[in-house]
Amino acid sequence: MLRYVCKRLVMLVPIILGITFIVFFILSLTPGDPARMILGANATPEQVAAMRAQMGLDDPVILRYIKYIGGALRGDFGTSWSTRDRVFTMVFGRFPYTFRLAFLSMLLTVALSIPLGIYSAVRKGGFGDNATMVLSMVMAATPKFWLGILMMLVFSVWLRWLPTSGLSSWKNYIMPTIAMSAASTAINTRIVRASVLDVIRQDFIRTARAKGARESVIFRKHALRNAMLPVVTVLGMSFAGSLGGSVLIENVFSIPGVGLLMIERVRQKDIPAVLACVIFIAVVFAVVNLITDILYSFIDPRIKAQYTRRSAKKPPKEATAAP
Amino acid sequence: MPGSTDTLLDARDLIISYDTDNGVARAVNGVSFTLRRGETLGLVGETGAGKTTTALAIMGLLPEETGRVEGGSVLFEGEDLLTLPREPMRRKRGQDISMVFQDPMTALNPVMNVGEQIAEALRSHQSISVSAANARAGDMLEMVGIPRGRAVEYPHQFSGGMKQRVVIAIALVCRPKLLIADEPTTALDVTIQAQVLELIARLKTEIDTSMLLITHDLGVVARTCQRVAIMYSGRVIEMGTIEQVFDDPLHPYTHGLFGSIPDITRETRRLTPIDGLMPDPFSLPEGCAFAARCRHALPGCCKPQSEVDLGGGHMAACWRAADIKARRAGGGL
Repeated sequence: MLRYVCKRLVMLVPIILGITFIVFFILSLTPGDPARMILGANATPEQVAAMRAQMGLDDPVILRYIKYIGGALRGDFGTSWSTRDRVFTMVFGRFPYTFRLAFLSMLLTVALSIPLGIYSAVRKGGFGDNATMVLSMVMAATPKFWLGILMMLVFSVWLRWLPTSGLSSWKNYIMPTIAMSAASTAINTRIVRASVLDVIRQDFIRTARAKGARESVIFRKHALRNAMLPVVTVLGMSFAGSLGGSVLIENVFSIPGVGLLMIERVRQKDIPAVLACVIFIAVVFAVVNLITDILYSFIDPRIKAQYTRRSAKKPPKEATAAP
Repeated sequence: MPGSTDTLLDARDLIISYDTDNGVARAVNGVSFTLRRGETLGLVGETGAGKTTTALAIMGLLPEETGRVEGGSVLFEGEDLLTLPREPMRRKRGQDISMVFQDPMTALNPVMNVGEQIAEALRSHQSISVSAANARAGDMLEMVGIPRGRAVEYPHQFSGGMKQRVVIAIALVCRPKLLIADEPTTALDVTIQAQVLELIARLKTEIDTSMLLITHDLGVVARTCQRVAIMYSGRVIEMGTIEQVFDDPLHPYTHGLFGSIPDITRETRRLTPIDGLMPDPFSLPEGCAFAARCRHALPGCCKPQSEVDLGGGHMAACWRAADIKARRAGGGL
């Protein structure tokens, strides 16, 4: 197991290198001279040239990239071109807001989608199931930012129940959390439903019935545990997604998270900040996926068997048959 | 015989249909048979003859949305299982009647270790501590020839034959009075088949249970069963002891079945299969379901057939059975 985790961590390296290279290269192609932007329109060409030399902008892209990675490995992601702050501390300072929002919306997704999906599966074809399915289809198709703006209009502007933006109290988190989790709740409800329906048709459920197990036990111990496998995957993906990419929601509700930071800095062509944001998001995504996979192995022993050393040789087959 | 004290299971005129998108499939159309205590009864028939449906009805495990019992009764120790409410029926399953299924690859829960799955059968019926149940599960594993240390392993760590042993252990751990084995060896390798059959036969004697063995393999029946019921198109068309049915098959279908088996003592180039197919369960003929394929068919065959007792408990659902028997005795066939 530990070996597997290490292997996965090592595999992160080429992934992150690849992502940083692509982002670095694309950003270096964007028009505009960063030295000119930093110094302002009144700077003389000599000043600009000196600045370019100082920033190493005259070097080829590859060389600059290698230098950047070298610095990044020492924890130095450079300084912001627009504010002169250290980029690393900037991104980390913003992360708690993003994390809190992602975590809350994940909790809401889990709390709603699993019971709703199970309910739908159990009442398959009934009114409750149909209503849930229609609602989830609508919610899955609703853009997050639109839902956010609509809620703002209703609850902040008309009813004046909730604050529109900022983060002054817990009330500020209500609407962003709902807006962010709506789509993933909807999708996950459908997945839970489909998964439960699939599992309760399996042969081993019939075996459990044949041994006289109580229906409640069959549902809890046999059906649900198997049905949760695909659900964990999807939840992990959506959590990773919202950790990194709550750009829209953070913008709509003016939440100073990583997503909002990235948009601000893209507008200012603050390449070090943007790069750091992208790398950060990529790492978070990869790590959350790794955690999901490890979690998976706790639910499904078949997956675990692939990770542990003993069965790395390939699972035993007919060799074990009969004494 | 029916009604007598040593009758364990008595199925009478069982009628079961499935609702499908294409209409109503009449899977079982008046199955009757009896199973005595301690006996092994073979239920033989082609795919689609209604064997598994009959077994599921006895277990109360017909698919709830589509399967429907339309008539008949299944008396188990004099109690009709078909009218039993849910909870008493659940208590019977696994405790008094249990079942081994055809495909061991999918019959076990992949995320639960096999010891737990065996112990669960005990704990569903007895107030027994977890450790005691696990100990009994270990004993049971050893009885089916698996070291008890493997109780903590998961189904994917076992081969097909081993999995079927686990399924057998689950079925027998409560020492049921009746074991229904639904083609328990069909999905297994030929080399493993004999071992598993032997195991079932041995455990049946050890635990002193009765068995309904569903199969389409007449060789298996000859080795394992005392009596046999041949099913065709949802009916038992011939029933008797192994000797009666194998030595003197009176229903033309049974006769045809034996013609489809290679005989190693005789030099024949070809087998004699029965021409045609089993009737469509969506539109069954009025009279004898086999008439369209029968070499002995007469106009009288288009009337519903009732069972003819040919003496000694040998029954055939063919009005010409006595005639055939007489002609065969006279060397006419």
